[in-house]
Amino acid sequence: MTELLEPRAMGQSLVRRDGVDKVRGTATYAYETDVEHPVFCHPVQATIALGRVTAMDTAAAEALDGVLAVLTPFNAERLASTEDVEYAVLQSTEVAFRGQLIGVVVAETSELAREVADGITVTYAEQQHDSVLRTDHPGLYAPEQVNAGHPTDTAEGDVDAALAAAEVRIDHTYETQMLHNNPIEPHATTALWDPGAEVPLTLWDSTQGVHPDRAAVSQVFGLEEEQVRVVCPYVGGGFGSKGNPHANVMLATMAARALPGRPVKLALTRQQMFFLTGYRTPTIQRMQLGADSRGRLSAIAIDVVEQTSKVKEFAEQTGVPARMMYASPNRRSTHRLAPLDVPIPSWMRAPGECPGMFGPEVAMDELAEALGMDPVRLRILNEPEVDPDTKKPWSSRHLVECLREGAERFGWDTRGPGRRREGDWLVGHGVASSVYPTMRQATSTAAIRYRGGRYVVEIGAADLGTGAWTVLPQIAADALGVDVADVDVAIGDTRYPIASVAGGSSGTNTWGSAIVQAAREFRGKYGTDPRDGDEASGDVDQATMDDAHAAYAFGAQFTEVRVNADTGEIRVPRLIGVFAAGRIINPRTARSQLIGGMTMGLSMALHENSVFDTRVGQVANHDLAEYHITVNADVQQIEAHWLDEHDPHVNAMGAKGIGEIGITGTAASVVNAVRHATGVRVRGLPVTLDKVLAGLE
Amino acid sequence: MDAEVTLTVDGTRHQLPVDTRTTLLDLMRERLGVTSPKKGCDHGQCGACTVLLDGQRQLPCLALAVAHDGAEITTADGLAPAGELHPVQQAFLDNDAFQCGYCTPGQICSAVGVIDEVSRGWPSHATADLTGEVELSHDEVAERMSGNLCRCAAYVNIVPAVQQAGGAR
Amino acid sequence: MKPFAYARPADVAEAVRDVAAEPTAVFLAGGTNLVDHLKLGVARPDLVVDVRTLTSREVTDLPDGGLRLGAASTNSEVAADRRVLERYPVLAQALLAGATGQLRNTATTGGNPLQRTRCVYFGDVTTPCNKREPGSGCSAVGGYTRYHAVLGTTAALPDPTAAETCIATHPSDMAVALAALDAQVQVLGPTGERTIPFTELHRLPGDDPSKDTTLDHGELITAIDLPPLLAGTRSAYRKVRDRASYAFALVSVAAVVSGTDVRIALGGVAHKPWRATRAEELLRGAELTGHAVRTAMDAELAAAQPQPGEGGGNGFKIPLVNRTVVATLRELTPEASA
Repeated sequence: MTELLEPRAMGQSLVRRDGVDKVRGTATYAYETDVEHPVFCHPVQATIALGRVTAMDTAAAEALDGVLAVLTPFNAERLASTEDVEYAVLQSTEVAFRGQLIGVVVAETSELAREVADGITVTYAEQQHDSVLRTDHPGLYAPEQVNAGHPTDTAEGDVDAALAAAEVRIDHTYETQMLHNNPIEPHATTALWDPGAEVPLTLWDSTQGVHPDRAAVSQVFGLEEEQVRVVCPYVGGGFGSKGNPHANVMLATMAARALPGRPVKLALTRQQMFFLTGYRTPTIQRMQLGADSRGRLSAIAIDVVEQTSKVKEFAEQTGVPARMMYASPNRRSTHRLAPLDVPIPSWMRAPGECPGMFGPEVAMDELAEALGMDPVRLRILNEPEVDPDTKKPWSSRHLVECLREGAERFGWDTRGPGRRREGDWLVGHGVASSVYPTMRQATSTAAIRYRGGRYVVEIGAADLGTGAWTVLPQIAADALGVDVADVDVAIGDTRYPIASVAGGSSGTNTWGSAIVQAAREFRGKYGTDPRDGDEASGDVDQATMDDAHAAYAFGAQFTEVRVNADTGEIRVPRLIGVFAAGRIINPRTARSQLIGGMTMGLSMALHENSVFDTRVGQVANHDLAEYHITVNADVQQIEAHWLDEHDPHVNAMGAKGIGEIGITGTAASVVNAVRHATGVRVRGLPVTLDKVLAGLE
Repeated sequence: MDAEVTLTVDGTRHQLPVDTRTTLLDLMRERLGVTSPKKGCDHGQCGACTVLLDGQRQLPCLALAVAHDGAEITTADGLAPAGELHPVQQAFLDNDAFQCGYCTPGQICSAVGVIDEVSRGWPSHATADLTGEVELSHDEVAERMSGNLCRCAAYVNIVPAVQQAGGAR
Repeated sequence: MKPFAYARPADVAEAVRDVAAEPTAVFLAGGTNLVDHLKLGVARPDLVVDVRTLTSREVTDLPDGGLRLGAASTNSEVAADRRVLERYPVLAQALLAGATGQLRNTATTGGNPLQRTRCVYFGDVTTPCNKREPGSGCSAVGGYTRYHAVLGTTAALPDPTAAETCIATHPSDMAVALAALDAQVQVLGPTGERTIPFTELHRLPGDDPSKDTTLDHGELITAIDLPPLLAGTRSAYRKVRDRASYAFALVSVAAVVSGTDVRIALGGVAHKPWRATRAEELLRGAELTGHAVRTAMDAELAAAQPQPGEGGGNGFKIPLVNRTVVATLRELTPEASA
């Protein structure tokens, strides 16, 4: 048990502290850093999917007035570490995927840099590439572990025997699509290499973590961490794609080092982001469920096939949520990776849980239908007393309450047998559960200083729209026992104490725990009447850490869909989520995050789809005109509610993460509602009108 | 190839030579230090750069500077004097109609344009009766604001913010 | 973007002369499509001739009862014009279904119908495309075909390596409405003025997919005329797309019901706005029941060719466009379906 803070500032709907700067547009993002005489970079990308660069004709380019550097694999500096191949930019002539960085042009203007980069003639020795994800891929393999350190496979009991004996069986294959994070701020860096300075390298980089960013860059370039400063007060969205640096950061750094004293600016184009900044791997999930005629599960099995780049493994933990959501004596999960000549997958909002709550939650709907049972009731019936995977008790689990409250708010009891028509529209209702683990990172330190009657909290945390600028002062105020108006925070700079990445919905838990610890140190040292300049710090690893419980946030999402009876166009007039995520520190920013996650889930359900052209080896629709993310007109009523959940095990705030749970289960809820409306069961995302057209009269 | 242009941005007059290829967006962001309009896609596919160009919401990423000699541009930062907020900006704050903030200046300029267009009676795709009265209903605002992508997905807060600001006029 | 010279001539005649004299020169109006293509390297002119302020921005009444849309009138202004809203709702609806408020404030009457295909391979200079680089082949065949043609293509399974292969669609919504309205295009060229029926402005790929229209180099659209309509004419535009807004059409339908005539133009299905002339013939004078319309459209679509491709191809467009025509005419003529 952790001693919970008494909430005074926590729980208040405070307006964002960075709000005024953001509504004026004066909050400064990485590319916008005001530096003297900047120069501009434009990358060169490979136009083959596999092979080798044999020559690059750069002579004419280098001779042009205003061109300052043309870096290629043939002349770029040798990096200190090439261990991570994604970061080993321009270190080899090998091309592992189409769009890989093979050069950069630095020029006095962005127009010139781009013109020159686009004009460089590259000669290749091309090889046959393989970018087709399939379940019978001969190269399928079991990784040593899947992401977040989970075992690749798990098994308990005898799934096959239980399925054979089950009165009702579900056995279907579900597919989630390739997705790109597409933050609206492109990945961008302003970099300055000033070899004579005490801190020779400064990066104003768009990142979810200045310290992890610095660690990666330092290692790649063989610098001490003290020789590198990373600054990032504002992030124009990341959703995981800025959780670790991508090759563009190394390229910008390399360009800066080629031009000592000149600040260089490099922003990827939207098109380039589809090759270079990670994506959510497509997944193929075979789901098997066995149950008795009353709906009690006897078997749950998920077998996942997904892709990784051949040159850098990324093993999305897709099968993980199926391990712990529902009770069943017999359970199995497996992950197999197809190594392909494709861009490198990476983090995208709720990696693992987001795709991994699609197949299982649609399969549960299919089981409910096969049983003739209400899908809410089926889920409640299979509620586990302890974590089925680890056998640990729950720190708190209120999925049943979320389902019940959601059903009531939504009016679930009015749901009929389906195929209800209102005018030209077929109306259907669907439900699915949501889940996300409560995570805390191992490293973070906060410092608190008393100055001029105010408390200043310093920590290298990031606010990518999550509200950290506003929420961290609320935590600090309650930890110090002072008015929140008397607390300032400083984040987004490696000059402040080390902070973990804003990822895994762990920021508030991790940074908040460090701040609480720092406040305790501060009060322990100086009491309630500190002197000007008094300072103390605290580390997250000093905070109580509960290992005895399984800690997750849970939720339930209810969807109404309308499908046009003529055209199959799908609209979602209502999406209502109820979550149990511990204490909500700032209801205003929390609601925005939960709704944002749900809307991104809606976007995944209906719109987003990176269509991989396997002949060419690239995403065919690699811009925002053709890669559709949900627009305002697609959204009508979306509500996020939460239970007043008290969890004494997770941290001193009693708070669980809320940044990612909103996107989990949404797509299943939508697909289940489409089934209810049309009778068409869609098992591959996104659900688009062509998939339901055949089911219409 | 260069050409001389004169522009007024947020009340400040600028006269300078530009490459004929330079867009209004790059001119502002890379030459004039005006970074309120954001670059999200550079192809008219996201709306993050939306400004009021000669009084109407338009996209400077698709406008060649050389073709807009003499133009008057208002960015989100120019909507209100320093220390004050335009009603649309205040409404975005009140409704938490943004998260990361990157699309926000474009959303706000777009919203100013929407309110103006509605007041002039311009219909939209969401207008059932093309020759009837136009109101700032949910569907009207959502349709008209659909040229501004918000990846954080503040849409359900943006609509009431625009309605609030529009009604306050 | 490669460097180019920029010119803003004093009048349209000079603009036409400037462009005619320089083989790679292009006209610039709103620029929403051209600037996009300059950045991508799809358009590589040596000279850009700005006509945005040279042609009329007015919508004016014609003596015959029709309307003249000046080439520089913006999509927003035309869509908000009372005369257009009252007499040509199909055009207003098509304009309002296209792009976004910001883009409509910039895009012009002259430029909109001349926008180029949104085929993803056309826009990607690293992939072969006969439209962008004649003779290089067609990457769309067998690729991502969701937004591609099912009508007017060269063969059931076109040869992707053949120089005439192109399965691109025309992306304009406005153009579909103008095709249904039998609009007339006023053109000024190096040899003088001419008038082109709108339905003859765009062409099928034929043996030269690089040519979208029948305009000669240097010819400039100065206005588009909407002919007068019979009293009681009803018209509507219906666009079906993957998002509720801000997306190109999967299919679209412009329908004009005028006396005993029905005019139907289809978007998203062909290299040009497709007048469904076969269906129109079958429906002339007929009662527009769902069955009659469906049957007529079956005949229209008898030669349609679905294109396979990533994500299931585009065969769904054939039933979809038929159903959309039925729905659109049902809305326009409720008495027939009652």
